[in-house]
Amino acid sequence: MRIGIPRESRPGETLVAATAKTASQLAALGYDVVVEQGAGAAADQPDVAFTDAGVRVVAADEVWSSDVVVKVNAPTDDEVGRLRPGATVISLMAPARSPELVERLSAAGVTALAMDAVPRISRAQSMDVLSSMANVAGYRAVIESAHEFGRLFTGQVTAAGKVPPARVFVVGAGVAGLAAIGAAGSLGAIVRAFDVRPEVAEQVESMGAQFVTVEMEQEVSSDGYAKEMTAEQEAATAAMYDEEARAADIVITTALIPGRPAPVLVTAETVAAMRPGSVIVDMAAANGGNVAATVKDERVVTANGVTVLGYTDLAGRLAAQTSQLYGTNVVNLLKLLTPEKDGVLTLDMADVVQRGITVTRSVDGAGGTAEVMWPPPPVQVSAAPADTTKVLPVEAAPSPPPDPRRRLYAAGLGAVVFLALATLAPPSFLPSLTVFVLAVVIGFYVIGNVHHALHTPLMSVTNAISGIIVVGAILQAPIDNLAVQVIAGVAILLASINVFGGFLVTRRMLNMFQKG
Amino acid sequence: MVSFVTGAYILAALLFILALAGLSKHETARRGNAFGMAGMALAVVATLLLVLDYLTDDLIVDKTPIVIGLVIILVAGTVGAVIGIRLARGVEMTGMPELIAMMHSFVGLAAVLVGYNTFIEVASAHSNVGLESDAVHNAEVFIGVFIGAVTFTGSIVANLKLSARMGSAPIALPGRHLLNLGILVVSAVLLVWFMLTDGWVGMAPLAVMTVLALVLGFHLVAAIGGGDMPVVVSMLNSYSGWAAAAAGFMLGNDLLIITGALVGSSGAILSYIMCKAMNRSFVSVIAGGFGSDGAVSGEARDYGEHREIQADDVADLLAHASSVVITPGYGMAVAQAQYPVAEMTKKLREKGVDVRFGIHPVAGRLPGHMNVLLAEAKVPYDIVLEMDEVNDDFPETDVVLVIGANDTVNPAALEEPGSPIAGMPVLEVWNARDVIVFKRSMATGYAGVQNPLFFKDNAQMLFGDAKDKVNEIVAALG
Repeated sequence: MRIGIPRESRPGETLVAATAKTASQLAALGYDVVVEQGAGAAADQPDVAFTDAGVRVVAADEVWSSDVVVKVNAPTDDEVGRLRPGATVISLMAPARSPELVERLSAAGVTALAMDAVPRISRAQSMDVLSSMANVAGYRAVIESAHEFGRLFTGQVTAAGKVPPARVFVVGAGVAGLAAIGAAGSLGAIVRAFDVRPEVAEQVESMGAQFVTVEMEQEVSSDGYAKEMTAEQEAATAAMYDEEARAADIVITTALIPGRPAPVLVTAETVAAMRPGSVIVDMAAANGGNVAATVKDERVVTANGVTVLGYTDLAGRLAAQTSQLYGTNVVNLLKLLTPEKDGVLTLDMADVVQRGITVTRSVDGAGGTAEVMWPPPPVQVSAAPADTTKVLPVEAAPSPPPDPRRRLYAAGLGAVVFLALATLAPPSFLPSLTVFVLAVVIGFYVIGNVHHALHTPLMSVTNAISGIIVVGAILQAPIDNLAVQVIAGVAILLASINVFGGFLVTRRMLNMFQKG
Repeated sequence: MVSFVTGAYILAALLFILALAGLSKHETARRGNAFGMAGMALAVVATLLLVLDYLTDDLIVDKTPIVIGLVIILVAGTVGAVIGIRLARGVEMTGMPELIAMMHSFVGLAAVLVGYNTFIEVASAHSNVGLESDAVHNAEVFIGVFIGAVTFTGSIVANLKLSARMGSAPIALPGRHLLNLGILVVSAVLLVWFMLTDGWVGMAPLAVMTVLALVLGFHLVAAIGGGDMPVVVSMLNSYSGWAAAAAGFMLGNDLLIITGALVGSSGAILSYIMCKAMNRSFVSVIAGGFGSDGAVSGEARDYGEHREIQADDVADLLAHASSVVITPGYGMAVAQAQYPVAEMTKKLREKGVDVRFGIHPVAGRLPGHMNVLLAEAKVPYDIVLEMDEVNDDFPETDVVLVIGANDTVNPAALEEPGSPIAGMPVLEVWNARDVIVFKRSMATGYAGVQNPLFFKDNAQMLFGDAKDKVNEIVAALG
């Protein structure tokens, strides 16, 4: 089957659905891959790079007549019309927010797979474009804010005075938020972050930021996305947002709720109270924005000198990298769809990932309308810690620690028994016992310090030393009894194997240990 | 003469203590070994002088047995020395656990023989001269033979299991705990009988007990699985020491007592360290392997899917990493992969990659086994770290290579309270950026527990023979 990679038609789009590297990976799956002229130009993927990788660069018509068309943005009306009936189109589609697109795709009789509908389960993570794009976008959001911000991010003490570090407040600790936390932290800023899901606190802290908490009921996410909050929770968090935003130099908001407009978290009053020169990057601008002052795709400066960035193409501003990641996600998806690696795309509706991304499915062989598959049945996300409540009781009931008094009694009893036995034993026995007990104690102290790496040499040297039993056998050898002498001989033989073998093998081993 | 010999024994005992103390550090280890040799030489020479001194003793009329004894000593000692030297020269470092187990069995058997000799000596003195034997001395002989016999067969089974001449799976007889307990109780009864007898009559309880102790040693170790071998070998090390100490008691020889006690406590400490590393009590290890008590061994669960990676990509990943930690396990020893691993380490270090090794205390089949294998392949010992030294560094590590390890890197030990290995300290490799697991297949480890590590998002599997795969990586590193 032929896969076509068209040039993106959206104005200002820099991304391309395949780089030279991922295109050749697609070819390795058995597909005939063609790329439209100039498709990758804005993503540092000139036509010659594709040709060098053995991928044909062709005119738009051949691309659009392919069996499978892979692009980044959702196909426009015009583009849907250019698709061959029965063909497959793979792109970002936001099917939940674009019912008219779903209808058109169905009417055109094409199979449509939405890259942004990959369920958030571990297995599908390698195809999750939203994660890979959000990651890049989170990084870029920090870079954009640093560009607008008239100060250093990192704190310094210089001869010309002290420079305080920038304070960054990140709202929403999803992939984008965590990437932003990481990037801001590496630039030297003090980062604070908040998310309505308390379980992500650990991830936030692992990225080096401080997690801001609000006194409220816990909410555990069951589908991997945050939910909208209840009224009481909202009141408490609103106060926190206000306080944190006022204290911050940079605010980066990433709060999205799937299928619904983004919640407004930073009000106009809060923005008005922020210091001049502060920067807000609203990564939710495409869905309406988390900040009251946000204008989609615009840079706005408020009356009090706060810059609000509503860019929606943050990932596209790192076109080469994002295209590479997107392309790799596509390759991973096609690996799943091409189990035989024979260049034939097969859809298995029993698989949750494949079912999840299928928006429309063309009826086999027929040219009529395609079956609408959206929305798919919900998928339980494996990442949700659903079983913690069940597990907790097990942890909460450790065996009670032994009563210290019982130990004392046992030791006392042992001492009494020992004294009784010692009193009964003949006096000649006791000096030997003294030596024995002291030697055991010395042994514990001496060997307790042995380096773990030397445990094997220790065993072989103690092996050799325990060959000391040879002394006992030697003393028995001259006894006037042939049986005793023979047995002693055997014992000497065995023990001397130990003595010689043990010491020599220890030496061999120790000679091998070398310092680097 | 006797005073001289006693003085020499005291010096020998001090040298042995210095020997063990020397082994606590790499820098002093070789010196420690030399101290041990010196102590042994001193003890043997002093003992020989004592025997030679008998020749000049006017009270002994018939000197023939002494001459015969000296010949026996020389012949047996020489033969033993030759065998020992050949064994020490020939052994592969991967075969170290077997050799050590076998040497334990020699000490055990020697202790049994010395015990019988003491018995025969006393019994014939009784029948010839009518000498009364004393109960305490009888008990010493009895206990010495008992420990020696258990050590003997136990070590033989350990040796067979380690050298794969016997299946490493635990042999679980029905009522095995009762069987062990029964043997102990019967032996105790026999001990009382033996203490009260005089002369040759004692042969009966002694012989019966010996057979029972041999069975006990066999059964005790046969019931323990291959993965618990580090504990078993160090336990047998301990027993061989106690056997020597018991021989010292019966012969009234303080040097034997001191040395035996040193060895006994060293083995006990090693066993303790191993048990702690598995978060299990000594009794539970001795009583049987994982899951054998009907514990849940990881219910069938969907862990998701694992990802595969090829050797070239691993090489690429390694070449661009700044810090790499390698966590080897028994699989590395089985595949004999330590040489390619050492070469890979050398290449990466030349490229400026910080390569270190993280060793779990129970990795391998012998305490410290991995360290010896890596040392053999000329990996510098100062980059070979203990679990506790390396565990906190994983979050800053770029790539972790898990070579032939499974249970020791299983996150289930920390995350799943119901898991059979719950609570066992493990190498927290999953905190690293990327984890590459070298494995033959997706089979479970020794504990029979599925490893969620393989399904983590940052883990990738490199299937195949560890040695071949590491060689491929070395080739790809160029």
